[in-house]
Amino acid sequence: MIGGFGGSGAPLELIHGLIDRFLETGHPKDLTVINNNAGNGSIGIAAMIRVGMVRKMICSFRRSSNADAFNAAYHDGQIELELVPQGTLAERIRAGGAGIPAFFTPTAFGTDLAKGKPTQDFEGKMYVQERWLKADYALIKAESADTVGNLTYRMAARNFAPLMAMAAATTIVQARRVVQAGEIDPHSVITPGIFVDHVIDIPNPSQEEAMVRAGIVYA
Amino acid sequence: MTLPKLTSSQIAWRAAQDIEDGAYVNLGIGLPERIAQFQPEGRTVTYHTENGILGFGQAPPEGEEDWDLINAGKKAVTLEPGASFFHHADSFAMVRGGHLDLAVLGAYQVAANGDLANWSVGAKSVPAVGGAMDLVHGAKRVAVITDHVAKDGSPKLLDACTLPLTGKACVTRVYTSLAVIDITDRGFVLRDKVPGLSVDDVQAVTGATLHIDGPVCDLNVPEV
Repeated sequence: MIGGFGGSGAPLELIHGLIDRFLETGHPKDLTVINNNAGNGSIGIAAMIRVGMVRKMICSFRRSSNADAFNAAYHDGQIELELVPQGTLAERIRAGGAGIPAFFTPTAFGTDLAKGKPTQDFEGKMYVQERWLKADYALIKAESADTVGNLTYRMAARNFAPLMAMAAATTIVQARRVVQAGEIDPHSVITPGIFVDHVIDIPNPSQEEAMVRAGIVYA
Repeated sequence: MTLPKLTSSQIAWRAAQDIEDGAYVNLGIGLPERIAQFQPEGRTVTYHTENGILGFGQAPPEGEEDWDLINAGKKAVTLEPGASFFHHADSFAMVRGGHLDLAVLGAYQVAANGDLANWSVGAKSVPAVGGAMDLVHGAKRVAVITDHVAKDGSPKLLDACTLPLTGKACVTRVYTSLAVIDITDRGFVLRDKVPGLSVDDVQAVTGATLHIDGPVCDLNVPEV
């Protein structure tokens, strides 16, 4: 699982570190990546796809200003796509982190995206059963982190990150500011440290949208 | 014959007139987003975006964008007093939980029973669904804003959608370049039409019966 929505919230330094390791060692590869989108430009997830680390994308919206990396891999049959409605994607991740194996949602009832899924009538309306999503790792971007892993986020960069932090076996966070325990007001904590395994201090993080607009190519 | 018709901005203006004071509203990417520009004076409307903001405002001046402050269309926005941030599960709880008063979406096709197709043009494309399938369930009213016909002139308002559905029986009102049409138990009911067109003119470019139930008003829309 990789946090971010469009150009906000992508943990680019973590992603690029992973790409560096793949280019040096050939690992990790054949990854299933869960993100709202499917990469933009030539950085972040798009760069992961371009170098051939990704076998499957689970996303809601693969279009972006430049989705060439995903589109090329998809048309070549190099990458599999599981398309999930955005709210269902969020709730499946939340359920994964909350220990709820399945739930019913009205979303997608009667559409192609509900094919083969159990449906049920509740109080006169039809709902589709969806299953939890869990991951081995979550990579997310935070604004502040303390030494016990409590997190805050910057504006709408929060998006999927608090859900993914819960749903992964190992959650790795890059934070713009790492402080001592006690320095984040407990009222302000968005993700409690119990969901976080590793925090890396990245004081000047890259911003995806700004990098895409600048035409920066990572790999 | 070329029919007189509303511009995209005029359709957005017309849709904006129906948004009541105090409403919580989600506007889809593209044409629906433009509705916010025409919000009538004196009304307070709170806009929701899927990526976790309630109470966002217009775009900032060029050069002052903060790319962590964007809407679902990935465009830079600003905050209104009283705005809030939240994560994606809370955002879609607002959507599916019936907390939004109105969602306005674009459409490839709308059927007379309220079925909507707006996410996939079939097997040849790489489809992208985003939040549309969630938005059509839960908002108290789901409206569509669209050209009356497709680029090739074929009707977008049909007896039954031929493209993959976004949702079944979910749309309650359609704002088009020619008309305002409600979707009722009887099917399409014509409410407003562009002045200079007859009911038959609108019917001729509509792929399902337009019912008449009460007066059909002229769409008097300013140049915007």
